[in-house]
Amino acid sequence: MTEARLFALQRITAMVLAPMVLIHLAVIVYAVRGGLTAEEILARTGTSALWPLFYLLFVAAAAIHAPIGLRNILREWTGLPPRLVDGLCLVFGLALAGLGIRAVIAISGWTA
Amino acid sequence: MRSAPRHHASYVAFVGHRLSGLALAIFLPLHFLALGLALEGRETFDGFLAYADMPFVKAAEWGLVVLLSVHLFFGVRLLALELLPWRRDDDLRTDWIGWGAGGAVAVGLIFLMGAFGFDAG
Repeated sequence: MTEARLFALQRITAMVLAPMVLIHLAVIVYAVRGGLTAEEILARTGTSALWPLFYLLFVAAAAIHAPIGLRNILREWTGLPPRLVDGLCLVFGLALAGLGIRAVIAISGWTA
Repeated sequence: MRSAPRHHASYVAFVGHRLSGLALAIFLPLHFLALGLALEGRETFDGFLAYADMPFVKAAEWGLVVLLSVHLFFGVRLLALELLPWRRDDDLRTDWIGWGAGGAVAVGLIFLMGAFGFDAG
């Protein structure tokens, strides 16, 4: 993938993530009041299909955005070979996507 | 060769955005693994959440909330710098840096008030 495409992908995912992060921060400061319980979290995320879909989009955007950012840091601040950096970041992105989808499934109640 | 000047707000914002992003990238897999515990049953998940309720873990969560806010606010400034028209040739939107830092501190304070029971609700 060309540098221009990676640049554009990171900005597009940033534009998707910005409002989602605001909503996520609002959920965090609301949910943390009085402590967190599994029942409370699962009741919030498992009763509507919208929350899991919201978080699936969140995971997809983050799994693209974060590895490209990490690639920029590793390329600019370390002496690692560029191809190694590309490979590491690809693996990191795939791992993030896999773990993130698993996390969404876990809180969605889809397996219940 | 002359190195670029670094004693200005834009450089601080660049480093803040980059380091907060790096910290979030390290944290994110752990966050997903913790949420995945819900697959192993509510008791396992509740056991983790009880651990997360300890004050020093709450303090770490506060740090992550602040880092996420910093990354968001400084990132929005970068998008504006890159994608919006510049009103003047020297318009670096440096005032957004202060607003962003202040916004992150405000979000952190709201989190602390809720986490440690100082909210009115």
